Amino acid sequence: MCGIVGLFLKNQELQPKLGDLLTDMLITMTDRGPDSAGIAIYGNDGGKPKITVQSDDPETAFRGLDAALSDALGDTVGMRVIDTHAVLTLPEGTEPEARVFLAGKGIRVMGSGHAMEIFKEVGLPEQVAARFHLRQMAGSHGIGHTRMATESAVTTLGAHPFSTGADQCLVHNGSLSNHNQMRRELTQKGFAPETQNDTEVAACYISSRLAEGASLSEALEGTLQDLDGFFTFVVGTRNGFGVVRDPVACKPAVMAETEDYVAFGSEYRALANLPGIESARVWEPEPATVYFWER
Amino acid sequence: MQTIDLATTPLRDVNAALQAQASRTNQTEWVIENPKGAHAIAVGLDAPIEVTVKGSTGYYCAGMNKQATVKVTGSAGPGVAENMMSGTVVIEGDASQYAGATGHGGLLVIKGNASSRCGISMKGIDIVVFGNIGHMSAFMAQSGNLVVLGDAGDALGDSLYEARLFVRGAVKSLGSDCIEKEMRPEHVEILRDLLERAGADAKPEEFKRYGSARKLYNFHVDHAGAY
Repeated sequence: MCGIVGLFLKNQELQPKLGDLLTDMLITMTDRGPDSAGIAIYGNDGGKPKITVQSDDPETAFRGLDAALSDALGDTVGMRVIDTHAVLTLPEGTEPEARVFLAGKGIRVMGSGHAMEIFKEVGLPEQVAARFHLRQMAGSHGIGHTRMATESAVTTLGAHPFSTGADQCLVHNGSLSNHNQMRRELTQKGFAPETQNDTEVAACYISSRLAEGASLSEALEGTLQDLDGFFTFVVGTRNGFGVVRDPVACKPAVMAETEDYVAFGSEYRALANLPGIESARVWEPEPATVYFWER
Repeated sequence: MQTIDLATTPLRDVNAALQAQASRTNQTEWVIENPKGAHAIAVGLDAPIEVTVKGSTGYYCAGMNKQATVKVTGSAGPGVAENMMSGTVVIEGDASQYAGATGHGGLLVIKGNASSRCGISMKGIDIVVFGNIGHMSAFMAQSGNLVVLGDAGDALGDSLYEARLFVRGAVKSLGSDCIEKEMRPEHVEILRDLLERAGADAKPEEFKRYGSARKLYNFHVDHAGAY
């Protein structure tokens, strides 16, 4: 199984409530994925690049990390610690150097970008949401996932969303059958996945296509030709939100759109408490059809 | 009329109350409020009662229905009226995948669209869809009637047995061993009756009939040596 939720706000006035709305949607999908949960949230675009990092021993790993990284980069680094994660605000252009520094310290990078922050952990969605104070988060759009693992171990790194490019993230319900072949091809192109997880391969595939100049829509179209298996994907970019289902479409999906938002849920239950859902246009996304919204 | 609020009453209690109705109950009208996409609402009923669900339902609404009439004012999730035996299920909105799957009898009416695998392995149920149906509908359908006022998706009636398929709109593609067949007077009569019972505004003459070519499932004496 696995549960997916997504919310793309069209009405700016709802932005302070994004975390609250997404948290309710995420918890509703607990019985589709009680192993782990995660969320990618796009907000707080302060103009500087950010890296979200994770450590199993945050007290030790994050103590003095901002000062040490500031020294290494020769400029001030900001740090906001939230449970096992920390969001580092970097001077422009220093991300590659920062990644080398963090790798040397054994600190995992969850994702990076100007707008996106990623939080994911093993545990029930309600507990994960509480640990990261997801309800208090504001933003323009966000994607969440509740995981019931099939293709790789129940670990923090195996949880969704996966981010393999700046401000890009992907969540997946399903299982891919050609991910080993695709992993080899992507590695040759310089987009090597870090884990054995099939979903990360899909995220790397989309990142590679975007890096080659494809639009989000073209990259999503490409999954239909190049990825084999079952999938409903929801992807986020700095200003966009996309959905695609494989041609067999046995993994469920429901969407709703009002003047205020576009919402995605694995089931209607996830959408049932959204404001104005009674008058929303609610539909099931067609198989092998790309949907995306950009602002 | 009995009204139950799913926001305050556990689903198991709701289903237990509905399942406890005897065939001669005088509590014949039930309303369920606040379904909010819950799974398995009004399943396993076996009494001539009428249940109206005010809103949209999740997986398997009205599954295994016998005798009862279940109406959903919103849309229904996957597997609505799965394995229905008799009675009537009416969905005012859309239905998700495998609506009416394996149904043995009764009438399922979907006033919006139905998605993929509608009527898969149907065994005697009648299904009337006012809108379109998705791919692989009526896969291995054995008996009963599937009536579609709109269009049908890919691979309609793949590996079909003896179910009758009536489609008014376009068929994207026919599945293996499914062919268009002549509409004879008896088929027009079957269709007229179904359209009338479903309350559908359509004329039987506007439809085409599809059925099994009987090349896939029938024993063919020329192939005896292969067995």
